[in-house]
Amino acid sequence: MEPFTTIKSIVTPLDKVNVDTDQIIPKQFLKLIQKTGFGQYLFYDWRYEGGVPRKDFVLNDLRYKNSKILLVRDNFGCGSSREHAAWALSDFGFRAIISTSFADIFYNNCFKNGILPIKVNEQVLCKLFENESEIEINLGKQTIKNENIDVSFYIEPHWKKVLLEGLDDIALTLKHDDEILKYENAQRNSRIRVS
Amino acid sequence: MAKTLFEKIWDSHVVVDERNGRSLLYVDRHLVHEVTSPQAFDGLRMNKRKVRRTDLTFATMDHNVPTSNRSLPIVDQTSAVQIKTLERNCKEFGIELFDINSPNQGIVHVIGPELGITLPGTTIVCGDSHTSTHGAFGALAFGIGTSDVEHVLATQCILMEKPKTFEINVVGKRKNPHTITAKDIILSIIRQIGTAGGTGTAFEYRGETISDLSMEQRMTICNMSIEGGARAGIIAPDEKTFDYLRGRRYVPKNYDELVEYWKENLKTDSNARFDKSFTLRADEIAPQVSWGTNPAMTVDVTGKVPFPEEYAKGNAEEQKAAVKALQYMGLKSGTPITDIELDRIFIGSCTNSRLEDLIEASKVVNGKKISPKMRAMIVPGSQHVKKQAEEMGLDKIFKDAGFEWRESGCSMCLGMNPDILSAGERCASTSNRNFEGRQGAGGRTHLVSPVMAAAAAIYGHFVDVRELDLN
Ligand code: SF4
Repeated sequence: MEPFTTIKSIVTPLDKVNVDTDQIIPKQFLKLIQKTGFGQYLFYDWRYEGGVPRKDFVLNDLRYKNSKILLVRDNFGCGSSREHAAWALSDFGFRAIISTSFADIFYNNCFKNGILPIKVNEQVLCKLFENESEIEINLGKQTIKNENIDVSFYIEPHWKKVLLEGLDDIALTLKHDDEILKYENAQRNSRIRVS
Repeated sequence: MAKTLFEKIWDSHVVVDERNGRSLLYVDRHLVHEVTSPQAFDGLRMNKRKVRRTDLTFATMDHNVPTSNRSLPIVDQTSAVQIKTLERNCKEFGIELFDINSPNQGIVHVIGPELGITLPGTTIVCGDSHTSTHGAFGALAFGIGTSDVEHVLATQCILMEKPKTFEINVVGKRKNPHTITAKDIILSIIRQIGTAGGTGTAFEYRGETISDLSMEQRMTICNMSIEGGARAGIIAPDEKTFDYLRGRRYVPKNYDELVEYWKENLKTDSNARFDKSFTLRADEIAPQVSWGTNPAMTVDVTGKVPFPEEYAKGNAEEQKAAVKALQYMGLKSGTPITDIELDRIFIGSCTNSRLEDLIEASKVVNGKKISPKMRAMIVPGSQHVKKQAEEMGLDKIFKDAGFEWRESGCSMCLGMNPDILSAGERCASTSNRNFEGRQGAGGRTHLVSPVMAAAAAIYGHFVDVRELDLN
């Protein structure tokens, strides 16, 4: 995975609560067997009508064309566990998503695909929705900044490291091979073995 | 220290405690299906990794398999590729696969328990959010994304942040358990706590009403934990659990010894503390019908389509969402639920496609005909369910009434196969998600129990099943 660097970008405001992963990537696109190419289908049913881009949908607004940051309301990514949602967002070009809360599985899936999900409070979120200029997200310092905004955010140290260094989760876990073996051996010798 | 059931299972599976709230947990059972696994197997190949425990990994194809005649080739080429890809991957990596022609094929969350792969006290993962279903057996079961599928295949472990504990108490005797079903209980819970109410937590369902439920009903409840935002849902195992699993194909040989151990150990200590708690009175609830585009947007069958401000209770964002939902659903506030006319009926999905669901629905249907405009479909959860139902003659009851009787799979729960709604079509569905477009672009889904769906098929609109004679 590519290491996460500081990003500076205009913010795409998607003013909705409870956006579920069925909306982020509708099911008709889940049949691909690779990880790339999902960006063109991101928010498909909201973005297109009869194959034509809908003028009233924010992703079709040219002002946000090169945006790397998506701004959304509460409980983003709820519903299905499909990681295709994260692949679509990343393939489209989003590197960070800001909301007041995320659904658990989606939140995890973000980190595994180089996307930084940032939780902020309601007040900060509203301020960001009002703001129209570029913001800078610095993961190292855990800050969001521009001339009007200066807030810090929390991120679990593990995920911060994974993103900053672009680490491979599996390789990290395999460093614990001894412990895994030990666990397995204990199971093997147990009267109540289930694995 | 006193512990909850969840904490006991969690603690006994910790391989490495990272001491920052995260642990590496050992995974006892890994269930794999065709939609969320191809990229995971690809990752293994790219990094020259193997599947660590093929003996703990089981695969089936359910999400996009056709539910029509299985002897015909699959028409949709992309589905065919995904199915072939799973076959190839299972062969290459040495994983047991219940393929489209296997008598064990079915929705992954139906076949796990049915085959005795699901066991109390175990950790179970699957690349599907409704993995929480297996919690009905006292297992700690999580839905995971594809990267985690790859991680579990390679390491048999999962790195997780420990969820908080959330006790959901269900008390009070239902007046008639045939009309107020497990589906109505879980919809009532979600309606009250909201779709994000359980975020960051694992539910433990407790109380007399839960103990009264059969295993299949408990699965319906645990299944929808994710719709309340929870990471998992669990119910302490009891005699019903042990009886259900005894003799099933994959249970270990020393089953009785395990049962003795589970009886002693798999329960929440009496003085254990939960981080959160909620109580539902089951004696006060009515059959539930969803009216909107998430499962919390639900009312009693005796109620009316709500006004947005009444639903949102002062939350401006929720109010906006409700306005949009009503627009999408083509409903007017104030309309009695029983006035809502339907085009389609879907009885199926990992929530409500088991034998008991079909038996209950058949009682409503027996000797009657579905409303003439209606298209109604029964999709059994697995080949075993289908076979048992046919042995009981249920297929005949449904077919005589005008229902289509299908092969097993996810089908119209998510419409990845040819079973979908057309734009504007309105469906009473026993599945778990009423999201926009879930059952087909522009399709309108109302979540209900199997008996409510069956009754709607007959009458052409929603009816209060309590008013029917179900004997
Ligand atoms: S039946 Fe529906 S919810 Fe269940 S596993 Fe299949 S697609 Fe997912």
